[in-house]
Amino acid sequence: MSHTTMNLNLKVWRQKNANTPGAFEMYRVENISDEMSFLEMMDILNEQLITTGGEPVAFDHDCREGICGMCSMYINGKPHGPWQANTTCQLHMRAFKDNDTIVIEPWRANAFPIIKDLTVDRSAFDRIIQAGGYVSVNTGNAVDGNTLPIEKAKADEAFAAAMCIGCGACVAACKNSSAMLFLSAKVSHLALLPQGGPERKTRVTNMVAQLDKEGFGACTNTGACEAACPKEISIANIARLNKEYIVAGLTSE
Amino acid sequence: MIDAKIPTGDLDKKWEDYKGHCKLVNPANKRKMEVIVVGTGLAGASAAASLGEMGYKVKAFCFQDSPRRAHSIAAQGGINAAKNYQNDGDSVFRLFYDTIKGGDYRAREANVHRLAEVSTNIIDQCVAQGVPFAREYGGLLSNRSFGGTQVQRTFYAAGQTGQQLLIGAYQALERQVALGNVQMFARHEMLDVVKVDGKAKGIIARNLVTGELERHFGYAVLLCTGGYGNVFYLSTNAMGSNVTAAWKAHKQGAYFANPCFTQIHPTCIPVSGDHQSKLTLMSESLRNDGRIWVPKKKGDDRKANDIPEEERDYYLERRYPAFGNLVPRDVASRAAKERCDAGYGVGTSKQAVYLDYAAAIERYGKTEVSKKGLSNVSHEEIIALGKEVVKEKYGNLFDMYAKITGENPYEVPMRIYPAVHYTMGGLWVDYELQTSVPGLYALGEANFSDHGANRLGASALMQGLADGYFVIPYTLGNNLADEIYNAPIPTSHPAFEAAEKTVAERIARLKNINGKQTVESFHKRLGKIIWDKCGMARNAEGLKQAIAEVQALKKEFWSDVRIPGEINEYNPELDKANRVADFIELGELMCVDALAREESCGGHFREEYQTPEGEALRDDENFMYVAAWEAKGEHEWSLHKEELKYDVIKPSQRNYK
Repeated sequence: MSHTTMNLNLKVWRQKNANTPGAFEMYRVENISDEMSFLEMMDILNEQLITTGGEPVAFDHDCREGICGMCSMYINGKPHGPWQANTTCQLHMRAFKDNDTIVIEPWRANAFPIIKDLTVDRSAFDRIIQAGGYVSVNTGNAVDGNTLPIEKAKADEAFAAAMCIGCGACVAACKNSSAMLFLSAKVSHLALLPQGGPERKTRVTNMVAQLDKEGFGACTNTGACEAACPKEISIANIARLNKEYIVAGLTSE
Repeated sequence: MIDAKIPTGDLDKKWEDYKGHCKLVNPANKRKMEVIVVGTGLAGASAAASLGEMGYKVKAFCFQDSPRRAHSIAAQGGINAAKNYQNDGDSVFRLFYDTIKGGDYRAREANVHRLAEVSTNIIDQCVAQGVPFAREYGGLLSNRSFGGTQVQRTFYAAGQTGQQLLIGAYQALERQVALGNVQMFARHEMLDVVKVDGKAKGIIARNLVTGELERHFGYAVLLCTGGYGNVFYLSTNAMGSNVTAAWKAHKQGAYFANPCFTQIHPTCIPVSGDHQSKLTLMSESLRNDGRIWVPKKKGDDRKANDIPEEERDYYLERRYPAFGNLVPRDVASRAAKERCDAGYGVGTSKQAVYLDYAAAIERYGKTEVSKKGLSNVSHEEIIALGKEVVKEKYGNLFDMYAKITGENPYEVPMRIYPAVHYTMGGLWVDYELQTSVPGLYALGEANFSDHGANRLGASALMQGLADGYFVIPYTLGNNLADEIYNAPIPTSHPAFEAAEKTVAERIARLKNINGKQTVESFHKRLGKIIWDKCGMARNAEGLKQAIAEVQALKKEFWSDVRIPGEINEYNPELDKANRVADFIELGELMCVDALAREESCGGHFREEYQTPEGEALRDDENFMYVAAWEAKGEHEWSLHKEELKYDVIKPSQRNYK
């Protein structure tokens, strides 16, 4: 396990809060091991800033194992950086080389206002779920889990959609700031399962309405969302969402 | 001795009798009653959703940007339930028995039996919510085996069971938000419990975006705030996981039980340097086929593949010929630590051992050759066939390892090391999940109740959801039934005012220290003390030293910590400082508890108390109790004991040989 160290230039977006204009600042970090994770490199930058009287860079992060969906950096023009099917927290410094300049920005979308520096407000996603991203079943209502067999292929497909971590990379990657991949993952997850059946039409109608209300853009099928998704959620889910939406409209009473 | 209010009667009838006789709150009154839920992981989200469905007015709080981020989401393996779908002899009793035994006879029988009883309802509820569990081709639910059991009772969703269960609970919670039954406060941190006439009647929370302090009233306060593994700095917990809410409750009179019971998991990706911020678990299933070794020579710097067979020490196979690489978690963890401490560790940090798949690859390769009836096969072809088999069984884990370390585990042995990942200790609660402060409850990992001195795999998800979906909806009503006669307390009440003032003063004091050292550097030092002296193995001398060191660290922290930024703005460094200050105090209590418990059991291994073979030596005569600590003042606690009575199971020595 030979490892090397590198010195890097960081061009980081700094913004005090939503009401203050932001700007890029340049920083230099040295002796960064290629074994570090990207966020550990950011930790070093912050320790350096604090001990020299500066203000650390604010960024969201929590589990640091690629599943909570909290980390959200736009690195060198790509959400979550250069690696495929990866979150920022799982990106490691092996991806970079000595003297690289790394540009780090927040997710940029009207529906995700900046809180500070690289931290944005993604509560719009919660409100989209509130509009119908659930099965209306109270605790205690359930019948035995094996009462209703579900075709394995369908269950697997529902699971593949349910793997979405709600990070918002799809929105950040999209030139229209569309949240269709996020929405379609939830609609697909529940539409593919019999438990989601009774509310299938109202769910898709209400969730799409909420999506529009939050100010996300329209989908023009560029596929940038799928390419950026750390969980490789398929763009085929958007096709299914469109089908669900049209059927709900055509068969409404 | 303290009373856990365990119902009388036969063990298997206690919960049913309780439910049949507990007091109820009628729907019209529920609508008038506000309840506070802190934390939105499996326990918190399920409790908030269920109470909202019942009609209570719930206020839920989480420090993350959304309730869906809680660290329950990272649980991989699965969730146990006594469904007996596999017809392999499982039952409520067997799940109960396995859990008590796995906890090394330091858990409460009545709580664990109730947990086993409701385990089956959890699976049904989650399926109804649309949780996509793994299924067989016939369309029915699939099960797998897990450690410490002889039946297949673990339900799972690939390696993301925690994620899928949490999303299910999160969606149920968001539905109640949409209906107006739950009000959600994300990016909020609870900084104190407000008590009126000795009862918990609200909290002081800090809005982490604006820095403002808020007062919230509730007829009851439920803490569902997870474990305290981050006291070690490095753990498999999320960066934000903290003890603050539980610790504030402790300072307000809630007893803290068995804080020294922490679980250290043997197979994690090791620390790669001082910069390390967290650790990642690799599924325990890898020990089925891998062989664990270190070089025989101290400080051997050669690459793993350059070290010849005869110069390798397969220390688990050497020390435990009967179980070999499959010894239980605590034994495997301690053995790895022993080798590394003795100077045989590998990797950059020398704090790692090898988990080698070369033998398994060759073995599987030969099996394939025989299965396919091939002849004249070269060694290279055998290895290629073997790699395919290993990829099919463990591919996703190997990929994760490669991503983090940059090494190819098919070619070179993996490096692993034990890491902190769960805390069995927590706030003391009675049978109703109420702490020693009336009106204050603790659910999930935040309480101490169900796992004794060691938790079995796939039981944490079960307990979190049991507490939230199926226990608290009954036990809360039993206590709130008497509260309907009391009017809500306005947040202008002097108790709220005083609590807010205390919190504000503490924050100001922290901010005004204006010292030289960062919060992170203190946290790292605390972690090192606790890891070295109250980690996988402890002894009286080390614990006494640790107590003195932690006390000194506390003093240094409060005189030299540096917190940049302002109080009234989004300031993650300030949030962290608040948490680390509490971790330091908890660290001391952990050592106090570990020192007082003069026996070894489960995850608590006192070097002075071991069998001649080096196994944990329990002392049932003197220590068969829950150690519940009451805060008395700075560096002062008094011990209350809850006697553990085993009416149904007869405790015995856990034998691995």
